[in-house]
Amino acid sequence: MIYTGKSTVYNKHPSRFWCRDLEAFRKFRTKLHFFSTSVSVFHLPRMFSWFPLDDLYQQYIGKVKHAIFHAQKAGRRRVVVATEENVIASLDLRRGELFWRHVLGENDSVDQIDIALGKYVITLSSGSILRTWNLPDGQMVWESFLQVSASSMSLFFVPASIEVGTDQQIFVSAGGCLHAVSSIDGEVIWKREFTDSLEIQKLFQTPYGDITAIGFSSSSQIDIYQLSAKNGDILVHKSASFPGGFSREASFVSGDVFVTLDATRYILVLVNLNGGEIRFHQTHISDLAEGYSGTAAILPQKFTGMFALELDSLIMLMKVESGRDLEIIEKIPHPASISDSLFLANGQQAFAMVKHEETNNILKESINLDSQRGSVQKVFLNNYVKTDKSHGFRALVVMEDHSLLLVQQGEIVWSREDGLASIIASTTSELPVEKGVSVAKVEHSIFEWIKGHLLKVKGTLMLANAEDLAAIQRMRLKSFEKTKMTRDHNGFRKLLVVLTRAGKVLALHTGDGRIVWSLLLSPLHSSDSCQHLIPVDIYQWQVPHHHAMDENPSVLVISRCGLHSDAPGVISIVDSYSGKVFSSSKLSHSVLQVMPLPLTDSTEQRLHIIIDDNKKAHLYPRTPESINIFRPELPNTYWYSVEAVKGAIKGYSFRGNCIDTDEDDYCFDTRELWSIIFPSDSEKITGATTRKYNEVRFIIVHIQNMLFVATVSPRAAGNIGSATPEEAYLVVYLIDAVTGRIIHRVTHLGAQGPIHAVVSENWVVYHYFNLRAHKYEMSVVEVNDQSRQDNKSIWKLLLGKHNLTSPVSAFSQPEVTVKSQSYFFTHSVKTMAVTSTAKGITSKQLLIGTIGDQVLALDKRYLDPRRTPDPSPSEREEGIIPLTDSLPIIPQSYVTHSLQVEGLRGIATMPAKLESTSLVFAYGVDLFFTRVAPSRTYDSLTEDFSYALLLITIVVLVASIFVTWALSEKKELEEKWR
Amino acid sequence: MFSSAFQSDELIQDDEEFGLEGGRIPDREISTPVRAAPRVKTSGDVSSPTDAKSVQITLEHAFGDSDFSPAGIFTARLKSSNHGGQTLTKLRFKRDALTDLEKKAFERILRNDDFYTIRLPSNVLNPPGREYVISSVRARCLPRESLDEHFVINMEGVNILSVTYGSTRMCQYPRLLEYPTKWVFNSRTVLKSGELAQRRPTFAEEVLAAESAEGEGVKPPEKSFWAKYWMYLIPLGLIVMNAITQAMNLPEEPAAGQTASQTQQQGAQRAPSAATRRR
Repeated sequence: MIYTGKSTVYNKHPSRFWCRDLEAFRKFRTKLHFFSTSVSVFHLPRMFSWFPLDDLYQQYIGKVKHAIFHAQKAGRRRVVVATEENVIASLDLRRGELFWRHVLGENDSVDQIDIALGKYVITLSSGSILRTWNLPDGQMVWESFLQVSASSMSLFFVPASIEVGTDQQIFVSAGGCLHAVSSIDGEVIWKREFTDSLEIQKLFQTPYGDITAIGFSSSSQIDIYQLSAKNGDILVHKSASFPGGFSREASFVSGDVFVTLDATRYILVLVNLNGGEIRFHQTHISDLAEGYSGTAAILPQKFTGMFALELDSLIMLMKVESGRDLEIIEKIPHPASISDSLFLANGQQAFAMVKHEETNNILKESINLDSQRGSVQKVFLNNYVKTDKSHGFRALVVMEDHSLLLVQQGEIVWSREDGLASIIASTTSELPVEKGVSVAKVEHSIFEWIKGHLLKVKGTLMLANAEDLAAIQRMRLKSFEKTKMTRDHNGFRKLLVVLTRAGKVLALHTGDGRIVWSLLLSPLHSSDSCQHLIPVDIYQWQVPHHHAMDENPSVLVISRCGLHSDAPGVISIVDSYSGKVFSSSKLSHSVLQVMPLPLTDSTEQRLHIIIDDNKKAHLYPRTPESINIFRPELPNTYWYSVEAVKGAIKGYSFRGNCIDTDEDDYCFDTRELWSIIFPSDSEKITGATTRKYNEVRFIIVHIQNMLFVATVSPRAAGNIGSATPEEAYLVVYLIDAVTGRIIHRVTHLGAQGPIHAVVSENWVVYHYFNLRAHKYEMSVVEVNDQSRQDNKSIWKLLLGKHNLTSPVSAFSQPEVTVKSQSYFFTHSVKTMAVTSTAKGITSKQLLIGTIGDQVLALDKRYLDPRRTPDPSPSEREEGIIPLTDSLPIIPQSYVTHSLQVEGLRGIATMPAKLESTSLVFAYGVDLFFTRVAPSRTYDSLTEDFSYALLLITIVVLVASIFVTWALSEKKELEEKWR
Repeated sequence: MFSSAFQSDELIQDDEEFGLEGGRIPDREISTPVRAAPRVKTSGDVSSPTDAKSVQITLEHAFGDSDFSPAGIFTARLKSSNHGGQTLTKLRFKRDALTDLEKKAFERILRNDDFYTIRLPSNVLNPPGREYVISSVRARCLPRESLDEHFVINMEGVNILSVTYGSTRMCQYPRLLEYPTKWVFNSRTVLKSGELAQRRPTFAEEVLAAESAEGEGVKPPEKSFWAKYWMYLIPLGLIVMNAITQAMNLPEEPAAGQTASQTQQQGAQRAPSAATRRR
């Protein structure tokens, strides 16, 4: 969803509202929302004018896994969905916009959702948390934590007869227990524990009001319980065992007939519970599908009198006649998706089936899909009454790239690109240079420009009326400049190329967040017998700027063909401007690590080394030229690997070409140079991080490749609080990644992870929990090189007598001084990053993704180990802040303002062309893009700067000079005449 | 590598320098590094106390891609501390002399600018422990007159975390090919164990209370009166001076009035003359 126009207005709050508490703030926001639509718009501009208007904020929900339509006669039509990103959301069926949304915790996955009483949404998540939400506004009504000992399949059942106002019960099966929960306040009324780990498959209410639970209690036994709805007493208990065992997946054909598979998945078992007895009917799969020898699976969709059986290449729809006879209705070839069935008024049932070939179904609608969306993964069907009183259907379709479509009358009514909720990697690309601008266009834009500036001048001089103010505001919001597909002077406009978990590459324009192009990777490799294409990472492949200006930049997408890390890799090179695939190939080796080298060939293609799981290095691109470039650098190239499971860090150098493989010039053997072995009984690696490979640095230290590694005591490897302060400790290492030298090693007693760290220039900042102080802490370590200390004299620098440019071998071990300091920090941290600017001169800010899904910018000056409680005047001159116990959190320094980047996972920073400015891209379920200027924009005027006013002032001044000159001449003449 | 984590036998570092921000104080028992000449007696002749145990650690080396072969022996005493931990002390090192074959191999890696690799067991009690710890250096960094080498062994109890091996001096790049005059190792060894992070004492509340929105904690030192108010004092002085001069001029005002009337007279005199001229 792209926020435009009106919505953007209320995102830009002046930070003075920050001080108020959040609730009041929210109210204000909603109020404002309503106001902005109806009441005059012209109040807003002045209120919000001083906020940056270039932020990009988009809200997503992720891949939908459950959907419930709300079929209300009047009012807004909506669908409630639960997604794999643990989001519960209510969407407008007409436009696909969000009514409300809740992002549950990371480990709080939704098992089931339902709508009860027409206005409550009931969700069951992480197997034991039952919540009720108000459907119109998404407010939580109640939440109930069920006491569950073991996690297992859980489900709930809402009796259909439930009425508003009466205290009815919701029955929840979780962890081998059956709970009856009050629908009014979520209190557990009764709880029934079953013996021998019963896994309930179905709950339903008999016409007499009793509750029937059917489930498997062991691998070969079926149990049926009938319980009293009032107090949970067991009225009837029947069980039967089947010698072949069960696969524990069942599909209910009717209330007393269900089908399951035996443990080998070769035999279909029809279970008939009719008449108080449990009877089994077995059918071999090979009898149903002739010549089929593989295993089968039962699809979990709910039908009446039917079930769906999934074989390797097809889905079979089967009808059950008189409780025992099977009849094949339809065989559908893969890939296809089937929805749950819907009951229609006259006893018919309907279900949606989507497939990618022709069908002779009764009601057939064909839609044209974008080929970049892949195949259909899930379908949810909803019906409505057409104007001619017949049944109409609409279907919610979940695609392979996790996008969501609503299909009605053979058309896509709306679509949501929800794959963007699961970005795993991102990179940026410059936009094309503007060339060949027509005169008419220039004239037009100049006219626009003059008009805009005149308006601005009016605004500044308080001459503007309400209409003009509205026009100014509109101009700012959808600035024509912002959305251009060309490079801008300041380098603020870029293409964000992101890779999602679904294996889709998308290019987003940073101006308005629109999708410029998208590319699904899996169709490229369907012929390579690549079953599971797992996307891994994305890199800049070609960044033309000197030699190859006419070529488009391109990105390198690395993926893996299989679930394991030793599966062969796949690389694709994609044009950044058009999304066209230049080349895509399955590699003969696996991908363990990718190293972009600081070398490019004549077409500005960056050389990459891919390390496979045999510790062999492969050079890409595979051209003779790249070999010639790389060979001289071969002896000076090193790499390291952090083996967290083994507790070792190892450094390697390159040797020569691979010996055992047949004549591959692009394959190199590697040799172990150094190793650090952590004692497994006392230390466990929890985190390792290093500088970004493309960081531009201003401070140069001898140790070029600083590696930060943190280890904790094995007992304290769990969550905070899992260990006592006495047994928890955190050891932090700074390692020179070339020689393996430990530069710094320090132990924090009583500290525990999770550890977040960021390495930049000559410092590292890390965040952890101090168990003794019960607070989070942040520490900074700065490494300074003694060998270049005598360069301090400015005269030496001027006369060129410094040794900054002389090459030094990494193998000399100069003395380094290490300074560190720790501070308390209020927030728990999700992720950390640091700003990066074009030349690295501007001071840095740490960008901290807080637990509240916001991004906080913290000046690096607060994390300076030279801070003392009472700095000397000369230190103050340098900008050293007096030492405080904890780091300040300044409300104005949230770069996300009042917005929340729900489910924040990562923050990427990239330099703009302006030295003062750094671009920030924060992603999670939501996306947020903005630019920050850690030292203010000292090198540019603000966007609001009125050039016209400046020009007018100059003109007026010049004119007045002439006027006064003429006047004074005249006066002088008169004086002379006197 | 001489951060104050350890005490060198040559230079006793001053911890007060870091004391202010609570940098580091050596926590665990840290053994003194030993400058070991190639021919040093083994620990056999040292009368060991009852709680100390002598351990030997074999150093192995490899030339370029060759296999590892024994190159020397570290001898140390294992000391049990009160709280159950064990630390190594009194480390001594005996380097085996290079054989002719090894000299040739060394010359070869010098010519090829290849690596000289050493390794130590990762556990001193039951070598090689889980794995060996390895360290390498470009062979050309070692030769001076003799072969200068410098070991930094990072210990964690009885485990060797890592060993950093290299020359004591800077290694220039591009590395020049030079052969040592004496094929003898001049070894220096440092044992290093971890240090403890220590927070500086918690600040008084008033420091936090005085913190401004910008986070500037302590008040700036009091400026002198002149430094603070010069911009008011100078205009004030000027006004005062002005007033004084005016006050001094006051008595002369009649005189000034006289002069004024004189000029008027002159003007009056001149006016008729001008009129006459025009005529």
